[in-house]
Amino acid sequence: MIRIEPRDAPSRYWSIGLPILSGVIALALAGIPLAFAGADITIAFGEMFKGVFGSVFAFTEMLTRATPLIFTGLAAALAFRARLWNIGAEGQLYLGAMAAVAIGSGAIDAPALVLVPLIIAFGCAAGAAGMAVPAALKTRFGADEVVTTLLLNFVILIFLQYMLEGPLKDPMGLGWPQSPPILDQGMLPPLIERMRVHSGLVIALICAVAAHFVLARTVWGFRLRAVGENAAAARHAGIPVNRTVMSVAIVSGALAGMAGVSEVAGLKGYLTADLSPGFGFSGIVVAMLAGLSPLGVVAAALFIASVFVGADSMSRAMGVSSFLADLVVSMSLLCVLIGGFFARFRLTRIQTAGAGT
Amino acid sequence: MIADKVLSLEGLSKRFGSVVANDNVSLELYRGEILALLGENGAGKTTLMNMLFGHYLPDSGSVHVAGEKGALRPLALGHPQAALEAGIGMVHQHFTLAENLSAFDNILLGSEPLSRLRRDRSTGRAKIDQIMSDSGLRADLDIPVGRMSVGERQRVEILKALYRDVSILVLDEPTAVLTPQEADTLFENIGAMAKDGLSVIFISHKLREVLAFSHRIAVLRHGTKVGEIASADATERTIARMMVGAETPETKRESHEPGAPVLRLENVSVAGRSRRDSLSDADLTVRRHEILGVAGVSGNGQSALAGIISGLMPLSKGAMVIDNATINGHDPLTMIRAGVGRIPEDRHHDGIVGSMSVAENMVIERLDDPEIQTRGLLKRDAIQAHAEKLARDYDVRGPGVEANARLLSGGNIQKMILARVFERSPKLILANQPTRGLDMGAAAEVARRLLEARSRGAAIILISEDLDEILSLSDRIMVIHDGELVEADTRDRETLGLMMAGEAA
Repeated sequence: MIRIEPRDAPSRYWSIGLPILSGVIALALAGIPLAFAGADITIAFGEMFKGVFGSVFAFTEMLTRATPLIFTGLAAALAFRARLWNIGAEGQLYLGAMAAVAIGSGAIDAPALVLVPLIIAFGCAAGAAGMAVPAALKTRFGADEVVTTLLLNFVILIFLQYMLEGPLKDPMGLGWPQSPPILDQGMLPPLIERMRVHSGLVIALICAVAAHFVLARTVWGFRLRAVGENAAAARHAGIPVNRTVMSVAIVSGALAGMAGVSEVAGLKGYLTADLSPGFGFSGIVVAMLAGLSPLGVVAAALFIASVFVGADSMSRAMGVSSFLADLVVSMSLLCVLIGGFFARFRLTRIQTAGAGT
Repeated sequence: MIADKVLSLEGLSKRFGSVVANDNVSLELYRGEILALLGENGAGKTTLMNMLFGHYLPDSGSVHVAGEKGALRPLALGHPQAALEAGIGMVHQHFTLAENLSAFDNILLGSEPLSRLRRDRSTGRAKIDQIMSDSGLRADLDIPVGRMSVGERQRVEILKALYRDVSILVLDEPTAVLTPQEADTLFENIGAMAKDGLSVIFISHKLREVLAFSHRIAVLRHGTKVGEIASADATERTIARMMVGAETPETKRESHEPGAPVLRLENVSVAGRSRRDSLSDADLTVRRHEILGVAGVSGNGQSALAGIISGLMPLSKGAMVIDNATINGHDPLTMIRAGVGRIPEDRHHDGIVGSMSVAENMVIERLDDPEIQTRGLLKRDAIQAHAEKLARDYDVRGPGVEANARLLSGGNIQKMILARVFERSPKLILANQPTRGLDMGAAAEVARRLLEARSRGAAIILISEDLDEILSLSDRIMVIHDGELVEADTRDRETLGLMMAGEAA
């Protein structure tokens, strides 16, 4: 018979080793459907690896893919640290993107030095507003933010479709539901010539380092952690819980909005309704994989982006469906959750000898 | 009266990691006997009982229980079900009730076969009514346990165990939350049931009731049994020395004339969610150099009184005046800035953020202090140095100030909270159940610090269910019952107990 006993304290090795182990196991498990699909597993994984590390282009593609995931991962990680369950990063991403094209596609004509910060500010503000509403409903009326943020995603997506067919529709777009392009001087400059990786990545990395610093070293970060870990004690100690939750919501929404800005003003140039293949939701996986640590988010985003880009490339090379990528991402989340259980509990085998029954 | 052996624990050992919780403990229990298990916190009493009940699997040792014919038979270890079938019932210190179910459903939970579709409620109710009238333990069976006070939950726990026709009953600190009369009634009824053949082991900190109601006392210290003594031969002094291994210091009180009023509550009412966290028309004054003891059974409005002084609950009527300034609005920060130090009742829930460091928990109430931060940036070195100094001054022991606060023992968590509160020299101190669950050494330290603050000139409100604590520390005593505060001009235990039960003249 096996019993479950709590561990004394999860060790440090676990908290770092667990996500890595989960990723490896998820990849290994992905070999099973791959084999069923008739592919040679070693070649398939080889193609995946080549798809990420095989060339400078492949590697920069992976970095491009990781950029929005760092933003949405940070959005989720910060909010989750405060026990604010922001499941609405996808919608906030689109709010940020809409604000970016609304400002950047000709409404204001200014040099890059003015226009780029303006686009970023408006995009972040739009994302922040998108999260401030559910947070206000939570702090005022106790409305469950899981429900409100999740459902707001759909509201915002429909609003996006309306905007792309109406006020934000590109008159030169041959009738396609897409926005006019952002002015050239409004675009985030690329990092390497002829590659798609852009300076949004730098902003994302700065945000991650800043978030790490803020959490550990500032009063605001202290309050955020205290509210998240024990809201009752935080309140008792005089920490303004609701105000802290609101400010976390604003920062989280702004980061998600920044993901939208980065995609539209760094990569695509104009907005369509398929700007994000679920970056907002993948951000949750990234945050969980990272153990809600801002620096971990960078590593986790790189991993998830590698899986996506590698699987894409592998599926092109071998004619296997690229759904494999989603499979690995989902399974790594499951592995982390299951692994989290083993980090907190251990199984002990007990002798049943002598048991009367 | 004592004849057959009904239970025998032989050489039980249990270790958790590097901590030896029980080392080769043997214990025997006879039919109709009341055995008191004594020991400081962490001495291994609860671990021992949890092994008996199958919650923990011992590393070595065995348990034998008398079967129906009286012969001792080995008990399958690590199976609560086996313990239940052998007639062992346990009432835990931490309640194991489903909060959303009624007391009635909680009592029946697990003792009804799952295969039955219809429930025979009337038989169960008749049986519970019978037990209630036999034991003197009363509880409202129809309201959800979540709306009950701690004291009522305890009674439901005991009723639940009795409902299962146990022959051996284990009670882990059963009277921690009862009035003296209720406790006495409980023990009288346990005594009567023991005469009918029930064997009882109870764990307690209260030497008085251990001496008064047990037949035999077994003392644990650091996981080993250090002695057994017939209760008739024991005195408080001898068993205290067995528990601690040394003499405990007496608490010394200096005499002080009370000074100017620090806190005045004038005609204060609090409308809580239920009667038990409400207060009606309370008047109260505490002065400098004065400890005001508020006695009462939990769930009679203490949480409302503590709530307004902590700044967690609003007044619905009346005025709260600190140092001649009326406090407007309710907000913990306002109270902290007004010079109120608060020791919360539930130190794990309200007192600490367990997954933040000891050092961080020590500054959590003063985040706006320029010694702690400049322009929003934490001064890490100052916080560290501050924590190390406080840990030294207040003897907070543990794995260090960088470690998570939850790794500290209960006594050290309380010392950490004391350090945080007392270092700011508050003029008013709210101490809500400050020694609950602490061992004698830590409790004595709390008492010493409170008296020290009193000498310094602080006004102190001590809310406690432990009448002995109230009597030994307070200058004045008020009794709280059903949301009403009444001044008690007596120190007579009996009268105070009646007032706590709301039966005062």
